[in-house]
Amino acid sequence: MNKLIDLATILRSKNAGPLYVTFDIMFDNQDNYERVKRAGVLTKELISKIYDVDAKDVSIIMYDIVTSLKITIPRKEISGSLMDMDVYGCQQHVPLANVMIP
Amino acid sequence: MKIVSLNGLLGYGYDIDSLEQIKTMDIDYIGVDAGSSDPGPFYLGNGTSFTNRDAVKRDVELVLPYAVRRKIPLIIGTAGGSGGNVHVEWMKKIIEEIAEEHGLSIRMAIIESEVTKEYVKDKLRAGKVKNIGPGLELTEEVIDRCNRIVSQIGVDPYLKAMESDVDVILAGRSCDTAIFAAPAIKAGMDWGLAFHMAKIIECGALCSVPMAAADMIVADIEKDSFTLEPVNPARRCTIERVAAHTMYEQTNPYYIYEPDGVIDLKESKYEQISDRAVRISNSEFTEANVKTLKLEGSMLAGYRTITIAGINDPETIKHVDNIFSQVKEFIARNMEGKILPEDYSIILRKYGTALSGSVPQGVPCCNMGIIVDVVAKTQDIANTICALARSRLLHTDYEGRKSTAGNLAFPYSPSDIVCGPVYTFGIYHLVEVDDLCETSSIKYIKVGE
Repeated sequence: MNKLIDLATILRSKNAGPLYVTFDIMFDNQDNYERVKRAGVLTKELISKIYDVDAKDVSIIMYDIVTSLKITIPRKEISGSLMDMDVYGCQQHVPLANVMIP
Repeated sequence: MKIVSLNGLLGYGYDIDSLEQIKTMDIDYIGVDAGSSDPGPFYLGNGTSFTNRDAVKRDVELVLPYAVRRKIPLIIGTAGGSGGNVHVEWMKKIIEEIAEEHGLSIRMAIIESEVTKEYVKDKLRAGKVKNIGPGLELTEEVIDRCNRIVSQIGVDPYLKAMESDVDVILAGRSCDTAIFAAPAIKAGMDWGLAFHMAKIIECGALCSVPMAAADMIVADIEKDSFTLEPVNPARRCTIERVAAHTMYEQTNPYYIYEPDGVIDLKESKYEQISDRAVRISNSEFTEANVKTLKLEGSMLAGYRTITIAGINDPETIKHVDNIFSQVKEFIARNMEGKILPEDYSIILRKYGTALSGSVPQGVPCCNMGIIVDVVAKTQDIANTICALARSRLLHTDYEGRKSTAGNLAFPYSPSDIVCGPVYTFGIYHLVEVDDLCETSSIKYIKVGE
């Protein structure tokens, strides 16, 4: 078992407009990328659980050309709204980074 | 044709050597994105720029005299950070200043893209407003509350402005891509390639190694492909970086959605043609049946006062939520009949608490940072509530308390910080349009001499 962050070369979150936050998980080798894909751990259900969003609103896309995964979820709080803690959405990746991959 | 992207955001700076470098190239256009919604709703609502005036002036001042002399049009999109009319005016004044100081005569096309409340209401009544995501429902009340509403224009108003011979195109809120795709499309290039190229270069040299938003990139677009190369010889474009950047801040790496249609990148071909350059081909544009523009509106949410403090005592940290509930109850009781509970909101932002999934929950940290964050109907109410909360938090007792002199370590005197007006996004929606130029207007002016 490894943490996702230890397998990825880039793991980041960022606003995709004020209503969504998107996560890019990039790997510098095919093996780690395939391992994460094969493990099947990164599901809509898991993302829904760790970020407390509706599973049907989670999008997970494989981007083979750069051995990357893209995950997009609606923001719990719209960027800059009164309860928001992260206007740019660029510090939301940590719970994802700690997901264990067999 | 060659298009230079000055940097990722006007005012972020760029290397002076890169500027010298582009003077040796045969450049057709220089473009720069001057704004973003990333810094949040304040700037659009308040009519101010998040970019620094002196830094913006520096970035324009260095390149503009050269561009005007060599007749290389400079295109600035989303002027003033948010692209409202007031933001465009702010940028226009900077250009006028530069023209005067450098003795330049500049022919300028100004594209405004703000929309009226009536325009949005008509769209809403006609059922032509579409939600982009959950959490933001558009109503006439929300439209009325917005201080400013802008439309993200696509390439069409830019193409219109380019029909006249101008030195500078200064535009309000725009799709980042429009700034760079428009000149390519005007020159007869493929729309799919033009938009894909624009999507990558709008962030400056962010798609290179080492990555930098504060440096230039040049795109060379031809009939069936485009090539990207950083201007600074210390940087390189690689297939991985360029392809990775294609998905940056997008919800889907395979499609780019534009007012005119969608670009399909599933079959895009990336080739490393030199150490530092990547060629891209086969990105396909499909025109949309129904054309849409994205609207952004920001509204006043109140006035904010905060106080920042640290808590070092682990016992106090354990009790902090309980203390804060008591403080809120105290304030409500204390100001009964004077300040209505619905006229303010008060939250406690805690820094140093465990995130879900990072470390075991419930482990208290050794030093917690807190912000007491009050937003109220007026600044006076916010100041009053914050003052009460601060003093009460400092002195609230809890079971087993030994540090009875105070609960908070304040780093500042005065402890309370008045932050002024607060805005929230009220509109972030698509509207169906008959004409992609219907939200914008172009005027031509001459500045200097």
